[in-house]
Amino acid sequence: MTNREVGKPTLTALFLGFAHIGMMSFGGGLAAWTRREVVQTRGWLNEQQFLSGYALSQLVPGATNVNLAVFIGTQMGGVPGAVACFLGLTALPVAIVLVAGTLYLGSHGTSLWLSVALSGMGAVALGMNLGLGVRLALNHLRQVGPILVTLSIAVGIGVLRLPLPLVLAVMMPISLAVAWWVRRA
Amino acid sequence: MTVILLQLFWLFAILSMLAFGGGAGVMPDMQRAAVETYHWMTPGEFLDMFAISRAAPGPGSLIVILIGQKAAGLPGAAVSFVAMFLPSCLVVHFLARYWHRAGQSAWREVVEKALAPVAIGLTFASGLALMRATETGLLQYAITIGGAGVFAFTKIGPLYMLAAGAAAMLLASFIA
Repeated sequence: MTNREVGKPTLTALFLGFAHIGMMSFGGGLAAWTRREVVQTRGWLNEQQFLSGYALSQLVPGATNVNLAVFIGTQMGGVPGAVACFLGLTALPVAIVLVAGTLYLGSHGTSLWLSVALSGMGAVALGMNLGLGVRLALNHLRQVGPILVTLSIAVGIGVLRLPLPLVLAVMMPISLAVAWWVRRA
Repeated sequence: MTVILLQLFWLFAILSMLAFGGGAGVMPDMQRAAVETYHWMTPGEFLDMFAISRAAPGPGSLIVILIGQKAAGLPGAAVSFVAMFLPSCLVVHFLARYWHRAGQSAWREVVEKALAPVAIGLTFASGLALMRATETGLLQYAITIGGAGVFAFTKIGPLYMLAAGAAAMLLASFIA
């Protein structure tokens, strides 16, 4: 892409930024790390831009956080930007997983202590993602309509276990109608 | 060997396109295929790989590398990686370009406003689903809920929180 605007991060900065996100995110919680790095630390996106990118990354099938890296990379620097963010996020973790896999396949089972510690880290990482949801909700949900949309999706999929495509097919048009109505009012 | 590589490619390309709302949703299908359909591993090995990929830094979907490695060595790992990430990355890339071109148009503003509550709802939904799928016991639930509160309302660094979570589980297993 030739239309890179002034103030957009370089490819190296994108690669390193997402390498940092990838390496810090033990046990998951990548969305929380991505917001911290991209919005708070580096200021590449404002919160509204992050939020819509995050939503689109969840709507497209595939790993949400990889999608988010590609989405942000494309916005920041076209095809090279997308590749830089993707490789930044995955290169070192892939190497680590390959080494861990080789060690694991050569041994017999994982160590008990390790798996106990990992279960605690996994629980924290899940909490970080839920905490991100709480923060975003406090910052962005001000009106009754959007709050009801959020609650319906959370309860429909998370508690009632309805299929995600079905819930979105119903809720996305409702959310668009609410947003359009709020804008006009 | 070539047959296994094709099976890996086909399996993960399909699962990637079915993984609405993130990679965690298709884990049960992945397990069924790897263990029951293709007999690449035992159920216990799949669980160990799930734990390794979640514990390692980076996306949890990197479990596909471990499955590919077990089924067909390094070529298997490479094929699985490409099949899992290339299709969805291409979709997102073209979507992002279209989004970028829309600039500050009125429809994009409405869509952005509409996407915010959807993103937040999906965040809670996937968190709840993952809690149910991976957590056993009150302590893990308590750590998750405590972690959510700390992350939402304090500026304590995530690495300290991760260390505290690991320490809490280790301590509990010592006492019990």
